[in-house]
Amino acid sequence: MSSTVGPGVLAAKRSRRLKEGAIASVLFACAAASTLVTVGVVAALLGETIGFFREVSLVEFLTSTRWEPMFRDRHFGVLPLLSGSFLIAAGAGVIALPLGLLTAIFLSEYAGPRLRRTLKPVLEVLAGVPTVIYGYFALTFITPLLRVFLPETEIFNAAAASIVVGVMIIPTVSSLSEDALRAVPDSLREGAYGLGATKLEVSTRVVVPAALSGIIASFILGLSRAVGETMAVTIAAGNLPNLTLNPLESMQTMTAYIVQASLGDTPQGTIVYRTLFAVGMTLFLATLAMNILSQWVLAKFREEYR
Amino acid sequence: MSERTPVPIGTAESAFDRRRRLFGVMFAWLCGAATLVGVAALVVLLVDVLIDGLPRLDVQLLTSFASRFPERAGVRAALAGSIWLLVLTAVISFPVSVAAAIYLEEYAPKGWITKVIQTNIANLAGVPSIVYGILGLALFVRAMGLDRSILSGALTLSLLVMPVIIMASQEAIRAVPPTIREAAYGLGATRWQVVSYQVLPMAFPGILTGTILALSRAVGETAPLILVGAVGFVAFTPRGIMDQFTVLPLQIYSWISRPQDEFRELAAAGIIVLLLLLLTMNAAAIILRNRALARR
Amino acid sequence: MATVYGIDLGGRGPALQARGLSVYYGEKHAVQNVDLEIPANQVVALIGPSGCGKSTLLRCFNRMNDLVKTARVDGTVDFHGQNLYASGIDPVEVRRRIGMVFQKPNPFPKSIYDNVAFGPRMNGLDGDLDATVEESLRRAALWDEVSDRLDDSAYALSGGQQQRLCIARTLAVKPEIVLMDEPASALDPIATQRIEELIYELKRDYTIVIVTHNMQQAARISDYTAFLYMGQLIEYGPTETIFTNPREKRTEDYVTGRFG
Repeated sequence: MSSTVGPGVLAAKRSRRLKEGAIASVLFACAAASTLVTVGVVAALLGETIGFFREVSLVEFLTSTRWEPMFRDRHFGVLPLLSGSFLIAAGAGVIALPLGLLTAIFLSEYAGPRLRRTLKPVLEVLAGVPTVIYGYFALTFITPLLRVFLPETEIFNAAAASIVVGVMIIPTVSSLSEDALRAVPDSLREGAYGLGATKLEVSTRVVVPAALSGIIASFILGLSRAVGETMAVTIAAGNLPNLTLNPLESMQTMTAYIVQASLGDTPQGTIVYRTLFAVGMTLFLATLAMNILSQWVLAKFREEYR
Repeated sequence: MSERTPVPIGTAESAFDRRRRLFGVMFAWLCGAATLVGVAALVVLLVDVLIDGLPRLDVQLLTSFASRFPERAGVRAALAGSIWLLVLTAVISFPVSVAAAIYLEEYAPKGWITKVIQTNIANLAGVPSIVYGILGLALFVRAMGLDRSILSGALTLSLLVMPVIIMASQEAIRAVPPTIREAAYGLGATRWQVVSYQVLPMAFPGILTGTILALSRAVGETAPLILVGAVGFVAFTPRGIMDQFTVLPLQIYSWISRPQDEFRELAAAGIIVLLLLLLTMNAAAIILRNRALARR
Repeated sequence: MATVYGIDLGGRGPALQARGLSVYYGEKHAVQNVDLEIPANQVVALIGPSGCGKSTLLRCFNRMNDLVKTARVDGTVDFHGQNLYASGIDPVEVRRRIGMVFQKPNPFPKSIYDNVAFGPRMNGLDGDLDATVEESLRRAALWDEVSDRLDDSAYALSGGQQQRLCIARTLAVKPEIVLMDEPASALDPIATQRIEELIYELKRDYTIVIVTHNMQQAARISDYTAFLYMGQLIEYGPTETIFTNPREKRTEDYVTGRFG
C-alpha cells in the first residue's frame, strides 16, 4: 500500500472540515442570537420611550404624583406606579425573606436527605404554579379572609397581592439561600461544634454569617421577581394608581398598568401606546439593576470560598 | 496553674444551658414550621381551587367556546390555543436553545465574547415576562406585521423560555463526564461527532426535563400574551399559525375579572384544566426521562 | 494507682478512660473494642497507617462522631468517672470541656478577635472578654503577631497562624482536654515546629491527645503513644518504649517504616 494519500481522501478530509466549520458557525449563531434578544428588548423599549419623552418631560415623569394618562387632563407621574410596585414587593419581602431563609436553614442544616428530597420538589411546584392562579387565590381566598379581620379592606388591595407574591417567591429565596448555606464548608460547622456550640449556634452564628452574601443575593433576586410579577398583582391589587402607604387600599403597579393599557385599544403612535414603553423601560431598568446587584453580590460570595 | 476541681459532666445543668437547649429546640421547630408554610400554602391553594371549580368541571366545559352566559361557556378555544402555542413554542425554542448550549459548553473559546453571551443569558432569564410582551408587541406584532397571531405569541414565548432552556441544557451537558469526550477524541472523532454521538445522547434526559419545565412556564404565562394581543373572547379553534387565539391563563383571567360568582366558578374550573395540562406535561417529562435513562 | 498494660502513669489519674470502645460506619467496623487510658497533663499520640481508625477514635472522645449520621458508637468513655455516652449527657457540654483542633485550619470568616471570642460569647462565660481573648492568644503563642490587628479577617493570616488561632479559639472555652487531629499536616515545616513547641507548652495545663501520621512528630512531642492498625489498638505505652523496644512485631514494622 502506498504511503501517499490519494486525492479522494483529501477531498473527503476537506469536506469534513467544511462541514465541521459550518456546524460550528450555526451553533455560534444560535448562541449569539441571545444577545440580539437583549438588543431587541432595549431597542424596542428605547424607540417609543424616546417618543414618549418628546411629549412628556422627564421631570414630570419622575416628580408628578399623578398617573392619569387616559383622562382628558393628562398626568404622567410614574411615582404612584413605582410606589405600588415597590410597596407590594416590600410586603412580599416581609413574608418571603424570613420564611425563605428559615426554610433554607431547615433544608440545609436540619432536614435529612430523604426529607429534603421530598420537600424541595414541593417548593418548586410553588414556583411553577401559573401566576394567574395566585391572582385567583388572592382575590377569592386571601382578600375575603383579610376582610374578616380588617373590614375596611378594599376588594382590590395591596396586602393580598403582597401575601401571594410573597408565597410565590419563597422558593426563589429558599433555593438560592440553601445553595449558599450548603456551600459553607463542613469544616466550619465542625469547628463550631468542637467549641461546644449547639446546632442553633452553629447555624445562626457561623453558617448563616458565612453565607450572608449568597443569602443577600437571593433576597435581591426574590424582590426583583416580586417587582416584575404581573398577573397576581393585577388581579389582586387592582388598577388604581394610588400614592399611598395603606396596604388595605388598591394600588396599581407598573406591570398592572401595562396590562390595563394593552387590554384597551391603544393604537400605535398615540401617547397611551408610548406610556407602555416608558413604564416598561422603567420596569426593565429597575429589575435589571436588582439582578445585576444580586449577581455582583453572589460573585463576591464565590470569591470568599475560592 | 492551680489544680482544677474535677466536676463530673452532666451533673448540674445551669439555667443558661437549659435556656440554650430550649432555644435550640424552638429554633428547629421554627425552621420546620417556616418550611411547612410554603407547603401548606400550596395545599390550601389547590383545595380552594378544587372546591370552587370541581362542580363546574364537565365535558361541556371542554367542548364549549367562550360565552356571555357562564352556564354555556367553556375552554375549548383556550385549550386549543394553549396547545397550539405550546407546540409552536417548543418547535422554535428547542433547537435554537440546545444549539446555543452546545456552543457554549463544547465549542466556545474562553474569552470576552463567550462571557458576554453567558452573562447576557443569565440577565435575560431575570427579565420580567411582561417586558418580553412589550418586545413581542413592537417587534412581531407591529414591525414584522405578524399581527395578533399564534405565531407572534409563540415567538414571544420562545424568547422568554430560551434562556431557561439554554441554562438547563448547559447544566446537563456539563454533567457528562469529560472522560467520555476524551475517549471519543482519542479514537479520532471530530468535535461534532463527539457531540452528536456521545455528549448529546447522555445529556438528553437532562435537556428534556429542563425544556419541559421551561415550556410549563410558557403554558402558564398570561401577561406577555396580553401584550401581543391574545384576547379573552375567541369563539373558534385556530386552524393555522396566523389565526387569532386565546390561551387558558388568559381565559381564566378574563373570567376572574368579571364580578359574577358564576364566572368565578368557571375560572376555577379553567384553572383545574390548566393544572391538569401542566401535570400531564410534567408526567410526560418524567416518563420520557426515565425511558431515555433506561435506554442508556 | 492507675496503670495501662501494666505501665505506671506516674501517679496522675486518667483524664479519659475508654472501655470496649467500638465505632461502626454502617457496616464498617472502624474502631474495634479499644481500651485506652489517657493520663492527665500528658501528650498522647495516636499513630497508625491511614484508615486505621485513629481519627475516628479521637472523635469519640468529644462525641464528634454524633454528627456523622451513619456512625454508631459502642462502649464507654469515662471522664471524671462519668460515661460520656450515658443517656442524658449533652454532647454540647462534652465538647465544651473537651476541645478539638482539626486537620485543616478552619477559622470562621470573621475577625481574629471574633474567632477567639466566639466560644466565650456563646457559652456566656463571665469575666473580661478582652482579657480572655488576650490570654488565649498568648497561650497559643500568637498574641505578639496579631495584637495590633485583632480586627483583621482571620483569613488574612498564614496557614500556621490560622492553626494557632484555632488553638487559641479552643483554649478560650477553657477545656480540660484538647484533641488534635493531625494539626500540622497542612502546614510547612517551620509552622509545624511552632505548633509542636506550643503543644509542649500546653501540656502543663491541658491533657492533649494528638493524631499524627508523622512518626517523628509523635516521637518528638508525645509522652505516650498508641499504635492502631485496622481498627484495633495494637500497642500502647510510653513513647520511648514504643519507638525503641516495642513488644509487637507490627508496631516495630510500622515505626521503622517497613509499612504504612
